[in-house]
Amino acid sequence: MVWVGWGHPKVTGVLPIALGDATKVIGVLMLADKEYVAVMQLHKYVDDDRLISVINEFIGEIYQRPPVRSSVKRTLRIKRVYDIKVLEIKFPYVLLHVSCEHGTYVRKLIHDIGEVLGVGAHMRELRRVRTGPFREDDYLVNLHELSEAVYLYNELKNQSLLRKYIMPVEYAVSHLPKVVVSDGAVGALTYGADLAIPGIVRLHEHIKKGDLVAILTLKGELVALGRALMDSEEIVNNMKGVAFKTIRVIMPRDVYPRAWGQRYTRTS
Amino acid sequence: MDVTSEGLKFIDELDRFGGVSRRWLIKRDESTDSRYGVLPKTRPISELLRFGIICVDKPPGPTSHEVVAWVKRLLDLPKAGHGGTLESYP
Repeated sequence: MVWVGWGHPKVTGVLPIALGDATKVIGVLMLADKEYVAVMQLHKYVDDDRLISVINEFIGEIYQRPPVRSSVKRTLRIKRVYDIKVLEIKFPYVLLHVSCEHGTYVRKLIHDIGEVLGVGAHMRELRRVRTGPFREDDYLVNLHELSEAVYLYNELKNQSLLRKYIMPVEYAVSHLPKVVVSDGAVGALTYGADLAIPGIVRLHEHIKKGDLVAILTLKGELVALGRALMDSEEIVNNMKGVAFKTIRVIMPRDVYPRAWGQRYTRTS
Repeated sequence: MDVTSEGLKFIDELDRFGGVSRRWLIKRDESTDSRYGVLPKTRPISELLRFGIICVDKPPGPTSHEVVAWVKRLLDLPKAGHGGTLESYP
């Protein structure tokens, strides 16, 4: 049998698209873990036990060289594969559920499994079922449904469908640890200031120095992304000091009043 | 319900959505002024188009980049971007 001309594998699934200024958070999604369901096609028969035991060898840290046609430098990289479940075997096809670190090439993973098996394999189909916090759920929208929602809004001024499909940007950082700040601290943050302890109202436990966090208002609005300069416990036990470095500001300036340089009176 | 409780309820909902089960450490009790900002769920459409996310089910065929371009044109946006490519190559 000659294995040429397979064509491109069919690739579908969860693709979060950030609108307008929400594009500032896409880095967070790119670095988030991913889950896929893939169809592997074996080039020769192998028995199920051997297949499963070889697949299990690929769980954990693996070395991957990015494929020839890729957008990153082709040096050997270590990628974490958290889990591979064999959902179904129907020779020559094997249905896999892969959960992995960002930047893991499933296509390459399947090719490598084929090499170790000694029979060869390639990826026939791929569906991404999770990108960070986003899964296959009712908010997942296909292009046809989206175009209907836009038509309904433009022509009939009906927002209902569009509102169902566009989620507030905050959901894109929902998997991060969070810090909630007072109204008085928001202004300075949007002008790029770092977050000092007096501006913090509450925060998640177990934040470690160096962790990426979402900085929110008491209304739940995303103000900025920050990098912890202290652990949670240290922040709780201190009254002053810079606790988070502001690394990306999402909220526009002057939504909240400027309160720095003057005594901010709390509304209680 | 007052705006602060609504806000904190929304934050709890975000935690559930993102699978975060950390407890909160409370520094102090404080409320937010309803005159500034907006509860994310009540954001008007015009603001959602600037501070929103659409989870598209990418069809086979076009590249992630082409899908973004299509959504951008459909919604008449100045900017849009995707969270990680999903391509048949590589």
